[in-house]
Amino acid sequence: MKKSLWTLFALMLALSLALAGCSSGGDSSKGGDDGKVDPNNVMIYGRGGDSVALDPAVVTDGESFIVTEQIYEPLVNYGKDNTDIVPGLAKEWDISEDGLTYTFTLEEGVKFHDGEKFNADAVVKNFDRWAQSKDGEKFAYYGSMFGGFEGDEGHVIKDVKADGEYKVVITLTKPQAPFLKNVAMSPFAIASPKSLDGDKLSKEPVGTGPFKFKSWKPNDTIVLEKNADYWVEDMPKLDGVTFKVIKDNSSRLNALTKGEIDLMDALNPSDMKKVSDNSKLQSFERPSMNVGYLGFNVEKAPFDKKEVRQAISHLIDKQAIIDNFYEGTAEPAKNPMPPSIAGYNDEIQDREYDEAKAKELLAKAGLEKGFEMDLWAMPVARPYMPNGQKVAEAIQAKLAKVNIKANIVTFEWGTYLEKVQKGEAPMFMLGWTGDNGDADNFLYTLLDKDTIDSNNYSRYANEDVHKLLVEAQTTADEAKREELYKQAQVIIHEDAPWVPLVHSKPQLAGASKIKGFVPHPTGSQSFADVSFE
Amino acid sequence: MFAYTIRRLATLVPVLLGMTFIVFMMIRAIPGNPAQLILGQQATKEAVASLTKRLGLDQPWYTQFIDYLTGLFTGDLGVSLKTNVAISEEIWPYLAATIELALVAMAIAIVIGVNAGIISAWFQNSWFDYTAMVLALVGVSMPIFWLGLMEQYVFSIHFDLLPTTGRDNIRVPVDPITHLYLIDTLIQGRMDQFSEVVKHLILPGVALGTIPMAIIARMTRSSMLEVMRSDYIRTARAKGMKMFWVVYKHSLKNALIPVVTVIGLQTGLLLGGAILTETIFGWPGIGTYIYDAISYRDYPVIQSGILVVATIFVLINLLVDLLYAAIDPRIKFK
Repeated sequence: MKKSLWTLFALMLALSLALAGCSSGGDSSKGGDDGKVDPNNVMIYGRGGDSVALDPAVVTDGESFIVTEQIYEPLVNYGKDNTDIVPGLAKEWDISEDGLTYTFTLEEGVKFHDGEKFNADAVVKNFDRWAQSKDGEKFAYYGSMFGGFEGDEGHVIKDVKADGEYKVVITLTKPQAPFLKNVAMSPFAIASPKSLDGDKLSKEPVGTGPFKFKSWKPNDTIVLEKNADYWVEDMPKLDGVTFKVIKDNSSRLNALTKGEIDLMDALNPSDMKKVSDNSKLQSFERPSMNVGYLGFNVEKAPFDKKEVRQAISHLIDKQAIIDNFYEGTAEPAKNPMPPSIAGYNDEIQDREYDEAKAKELLAKAGLEKGFEMDLWAMPVARPYMPNGQKVAEAIQAKLAKVNIKANIVTFEWGTYLEKVQKGEAPMFMLGWTGDNGDADNFLYTLLDKDTIDSNNYSRYANEDVHKLLVEAQTTADEAKREELYKQAQVIIHEDAPWVPLVHSKPQLAGASKIKGFVPHPTGSQSFADVSFE
Repeated sequence: MFAYTIRRLATLVPVLLGMTFIVFMMIRAIPGNPAQLILGQQATKEAVASLTKRLGLDQPWYTQFIDYLTGLFTGDLGVSLKTNVAISEEIWPYLAATIELALVAMAIAIVIGVNAGIISAWFQNSWFDYTAMVLALVGVSMPIFWLGLMEQYVFSIHFDLLPTTGRDNIRVPVDPITHLYLIDTLIQGRMDQFSEVVKHLILPGVALGTIPMAIIARMTRSSMLEVMRSDYIRTARAKGMKMFWVVYKHSLKNALIPVVTVIGLQTGLLLGGAILTETIFGWPGIGTYIYDAISYRDYPVIQSGILVVATIFVLINLLVDLLYAAIDPRIKFK
């Protein structure tokens, strides 16, 4: 037996060594031995998935942004726990009267990790790279936030010019109210001009941020170390940040309890008690910037009738859903956007759970006998919908009370999105996490007639709403904009293309020694001022 | 034997080709456009259409299949749609992680499984036999998910003996050379890291090895029982040979053939079937690599990933067949 076993082992080993020889290795690493790193002052962040690439301009996933946010910085930043605009690499800015010219004054003496100087020229090169690519598949966020690329009709950026070494002037073709909020997004962070060619940045990111890239073991760890020359004084406080992939939420909590990691995202709501009972741990709550909803395809009978949609709104017990499936880590939604965003209409009265009212409305629509239809349940857990199947069952039970028979159907996630987008689902569950903290990114993106076939899955088209939303896009006056969005929400509430269900607050857990960590509503935040006690 | 090996290797070509074709058709039968998934919910229609075109996904399936095969024959496994990196460049670290884990799991499974089977057969119907076989039954039906989390809870958190997840101590990471960390740390002479790597292998190794261990134990026992009833064993015992040698030398050699077959099959299965273990133990292996690719519709990674695993699987089986002759000289390959 022994002989055969050893032969087997030896052969396997030979095979694997041979294979190792053929491959050049999938991880890239870069030298960086300036300064001693204290392993105990490195924060390990446990998360459910790996980054796709580390060039923020080409990725669209949160797991990439949370890393790039440490390495690169945009011209302006969001506030620590809100989406107000504060200085970033630009220390001040000036907006012309007509809202068409933005003049940014840059910080001086900032250097990229490769030693290149950060100046107006670097900013121009970055914007040119995106705009001149005309590549909507590569720079997806640029195309969708700025209306296309150079030469496109909808492109809002006319040109980006340097005015001296530390001034950048951006001229727009038409006013774009959320322009600064767009510029603050992770994808529009500034990379070293020396690294802009080809796809280098994806594997070897170079920015001006508090941490610089050291190594990446795919699906395992991404190691960042302190940028000793960071331009903000006394920052960063940590010697490094390591991102570690542990897919399973429960084992990630086990690793945190054991002290192998210091901070983790996506804590199961049902595990919250384990964290609060442990004196070595603390929990964090990310402010909501999302909405989970039950959508109707307003082109499909019987949901083409407003009364039917309203009737169903009266049949959803949101608080019960939150108590049972979100463990209380969410708030009931009455509008398509979360309350933390400017322009939220708090005067709207939500439709209370009321069977009698629902029956009355159904009778008005001539459907007092009820009907049968498909209810599409989300197949994957998302922050705004941790358990689609269970929530669907709860809704199904309530609908049965007025003789509406809902058959729950579901598909694999990619398929689900594609079919819902094509309008195949009469009634479906979905949600949205905001990109830039602006009302436009919810109301226009999700419910304008222009976005049917893209993110307006309800295929809701209302001329009045369209007018309000388009006007708001070009209005510079904040108060006036908010008023427009409030009006739009009144009409949307009346038409009820969705039943807004919840705004959830994702939970994180960390070691109690962590200080200064404030989860940002957008889902990623810089760890520059995080420290260990 | 040489001619036999060549012949066997030749028959692998149609097997792998057929498998490639089935996988190719199956993943295209699942609806869902990779371009949409790559670009995300935010993407414009035009971007999705142009990416679909660039990836060649608008071509008829036979064109895509021929393109893929042509690539394969020139040693090109394709490029990952998700990371834009050639699969031949990025697959090895994942494969190495799984190979290391699977070998440790099989080592645990073989040492414990074979010995438990032998002793059960030797002392048939004893308390050991009963206990071992009940445990084996439990082991075969054990949900790995539950077992993994329990192991972490008991051995890592409660008794604080072993680490919960990962391949190495994240605070003192291993510098990969071959990506087989046991070897890498030895080459670098880092004994501190070597012992960390060993510690990190134990819990996932046991979790992954449990099912094969149970299967091997049961197979060894039944195979041994059969052999121990044969005449030559009675002769050996009649001439006064020590029972230990009768069991471990004379019986085992003849009982090993079916056991080796099972070991070969299980080793192959572990390579592709370690997804659950990898998920729970934060193990960056080939199982999760392919699994992620499926939810992302990363067609080239699914195809080539499965192809690589399948190739290893059939090679192990070939190896097992060749081992028969080494174990039992009466077997000759023609």
